[in-house]
Amino acid sequence: MALDSKSDLPQFKVVGTRPARPDGIDKVTGRARFGADMSAPGMLTGLILRSPHAHARIVSIDTSKAEALAGVHAVVTRKDFREITDDDFTADILDNCMAGAKALYDGHAIAAVAASSTKIAREALKLIDVTYEKLDHVTDVDEAIEDGAPVLHEGRSDETVPAGMSPNVLSRYEFGHGDPEEGLKNADHVVERTYKTEATHQGYIEPHACLAQMGPDGQGDLWVCTQGHYMVRNTCAAILGIEQGQLRVTASEIGGGFGGKTTLFLEPVALMLAKKSGRPVKMVMTRSEVLRATGPTASTSIDVKIGMTKDGKITAGFAEMRYQGGAYPGSPVEFGAMSAFAPYDLEHVKTIGWDIVTNRPKAAAYRAPGAPMAAFAVESAIDELARHFGLDPLEVRLKNAAREGTKASYGPTYPAIGLEATLRTAKDHPHWSAPLGENQGRGVACGFWFNFGGDTCVTLNITPDGTVTVSEGNPDIGGSRASMSMMAAEELGIPYEKVRTIVADTGSLGQNEVTDGSRVTFAVGLATIEAARAAKREMCKRAAMIWGIDEEAVEWVDGAAQPAGPNAGKFPPMTLAEIAETASNTGGPIAGHHEANPEGAGVSFATHMCDVEVDPDTGAAKILRYTVFQDAGKAIHPAYVEGQFQGGAAQGIGWALNEEYIYGDDGILQNAGFLDYRVPVASDLPMIDAVILEIPNPGHPYGVRGVGETSIVPPLAAVANAVSAAAGVRMTDLPMSPPKLLAALHAKG
Amino acid sequence: MTKVHVTTTINGDPTEFLCEPDETLLDVLRDRLGMTGSKEGCGTGDCGACSVTLNGRLVCSCLVLGAEAEGQEIGTIEGMAQGENLHVLQKKFIEHAALQCGICTPGLLVAAKSLLEKNPDPTEEETRYWLAGNLCRCTGYDKIIRAVMDAAKEMREAA
Ligand code: FES
Ligand code: FES
Repeated sequence: MALDSKSDLPQFKVVGTRPARPDGIDKVTGRARFGADMSAPGMLTGLILRSPHAHARIVSIDTSKAEALAGVHAVVTRKDFREITDDDFTADILDNCMAGAKALYDGHAIAAVAASSTKIAREALKLIDVTYEKLDHVTDVDEAIEDGAPVLHEGRSDETVPAGMSPNVLSRYEFGHGDPEEGLKNADHVVERTYKTEATHQGYIEPHACLAQMGPDGQGDLWVCTQGHYMVRNTCAAILGIEQGQLRVTASEIGGGFGGKTTLFLEPVALMLAKKSGRPVKMVMTRSEVLRATGPTASTSIDVKIGMTKDGKITAGFAEMRYQGGAYPGSPVEFGAMSAFAPYDLEHVKTIGWDIVTNRPKAAAYRAPGAPMAAFAVESAIDELARHFGLDPLEVRLKNAAREGTKASYGPTYPAIGLEATLRTAKDHPHWSAPLGENQGRGVACGFWFNFGGDTCVTLNITPDGTVTVSEGNPDIGGSRASMSMMAAEELGIPYEKVRTIVADTGSLGQNEVTDGSRVTFAVGLATIEAARAAKREMCKRAAMIWGIDEEAVEWVDGAAQPAGPNAGKFPPMTLAEIAETASNTGGPIAGHHEANPEGAGVSFATHMCDVEVDPDTGAAKILRYTVFQDAGKAIHPAYVEGQFQGGAAQGIGWALNEEYIYGDDGILQNAGFLDYRVPVASDLPMIDAVILEIPNPGHPYGVRGVGETSIVPPLAAVANAVSAAAGVRMTDLPMSPPKLLAALHAKG
Repeated sequence: MTKVHVTTTINGDPTEFLCEPDETLLDVLRDRLGMTGSKEGCGTGDCGACSVTLNGRLVCSCLVLGAEAEGQEIGTIEGMAQGENLHVLQKKFIEHAALQCGICTPGLLVAAKSLLEKNPDPTEEETRYWLAGNLCRCTGYDKIIRAVMDAAKEMREAA
């Protein structure tokens, strides 16, 4: 039973179909060029020397022997970069790309070389002599705030942090309304627990890579795998002290990002090496570098207190959340604190978030940053309360679900949203009533993500033969070029095959926000539709000119201009191709473009349902069945929407069951490889059923909501609730790896 | 170290190259021969992005030395389509949207082709276990498994 509203949206011809993507053949034949696939004449290899210590003062770096090695063309340390004193955000990115006074984590970049071969570059790294003074370190989020914990930075805490706390606490956030203590008094039962999640990595299969050139005139070119080449341009320009317009950045095909490619790691270093050597420099990370020095999300420790009446009404929700974001400010705790209770309509709700630093790599965004851990804690507690009262966990969620008009825990009042539809559809789905066997359990959980808009530019050109090219500025990470072509074709009334969309370099368009926040199909889609509308207006004008009638008397129908009504005159429709053919004589080439920072990205909700079987002898949990119910607003290319649902679920399953950063007492990462950092493989998973709901987003002409991130929010809790049901013991620490689950089973007896 | 001279066959083409004795076949393909279709996701045999065949056997080219290619037949993603005709697996991957970013796709296609050569009618479980050495972080594997099984069906019907 579909609950999606039947709205007055246009009847779509192209949107909602599943055409082949424009980059498909390149990607199945090996022709597509990713970050590491580009080369340049005279290119050098750049490599980075990384700290072997978790925390150390850098006393001295002697690069003279490396510089003297034949074949070495440049050596770079922090001394080669200017000091950035007016912008902490950029200064931290630089410090993470190339350490200053201290090495702050195992794998922190200390120096870099560019040499004529990889072999020589490796040799040169060994010749760099670094003197370290080792310092005490801390990698656990709770230990980092204890009295006497090793301090990473002095004086970085902001005014929100009360006096007397550890200098490792940098910010405090608070959201909510009402008075939770008051609300708890009305509860028949209160669950109060602490939940912990370990850091995980985005785990994109393509390591970071770039190819840089930089002339003495300040002009540079950079080829890079990134989620946002405009961000790369702007931040590299700020770090290097050059003008943005002088640096042209081209985005390669990108082999996965999930948020991890929304910042810089290699790029300023590659540009500096290129500048010093006067040669193109290519840098490609190894997998171990990727795990040690890029990406991971925060590890967290979250106290939750939720009260419920015996008929399932939540009386109050409270969460205090500690997120460590590695060695620099900026863990995603603010989003965690905003999103924790977002699915619910609560009278009394409060969340407090603490941003904490530890000796770990600087956290980067990871798909709905901060939200999955928060949802794990809250959705686990709600599950426990429902079970306590013997209530249906979907009914409990329906009873408390946020709806149109609900004041969200983080402030705004919701317009039309799809949470209730996902819950009702889940309840009616055959999965919910399917029988379970011995040692098996079923879990459900809800999740929420804000979705973003952001600066966006699209240019749409009509070629002389009547085909259409669309230039957008956002790297295509999962089929978005196909979606843009579909929206352009829909709007212009021409076949999908007549449109080709490309991702343009930074010299070709204005500023574009990074591919993040599930913003692309929404914001770039909106700009594409508006650009197509601008082109249609121009084409109507040209037809009016040819026919000698008023512009207003021409309308665009089914790919052609035609007189609007009988009074406009009798002319046969003039197709896009016909107008394009004569454009030269009617005023020149025809194009449409749109530049905006669109508001109105609709929030998105999902409900996930998961069955697991626990092996009582080994503690291994196997996912038996998994169903995602999510509101997409409007699915432009349903296969790619399903793909986002399935991919997010799979990453969440990995986070719940296996993936974790493991640090030794020495503060060194113990599992910096895919053998020991275990992401789900094909044999770990069942098919993942994806149920698309369509509750149109009023902020988009076709109703689109972002879909990429919400899908990773519920699975941690859905899996934990299923495992807890199967094991008969509440699991509060992620990952629920076999040793941990086995210990819990033994402790239960 | 002096370089090794290797004479081999790649996708049917007689090929010669010089490489370091400790250089991997993957590096030779990518850096010396310009065949960048095979990808490096780990360099340690854990991700399958570098999958190629060596005398018909599926291997991780990051774990094979270039020197070992001497006198052997190498098959890579670049040899999968015949001219402008895509292999059934390639078509099915596009049709089923079995790729999002596509970095894992060459390795998965090479591995899936080698599965279907051995077992033209694999079950879902057999397909999942055969492809367990090929990591995909984007798709959750659902559409990949469907694409491979659909390709197997079409190939059986055509045979
Ligand atoms: S690169 Fe060879 S298995 Fe990963
Ligand atoms: S499609 Fe991105 S890793 Fe498989």
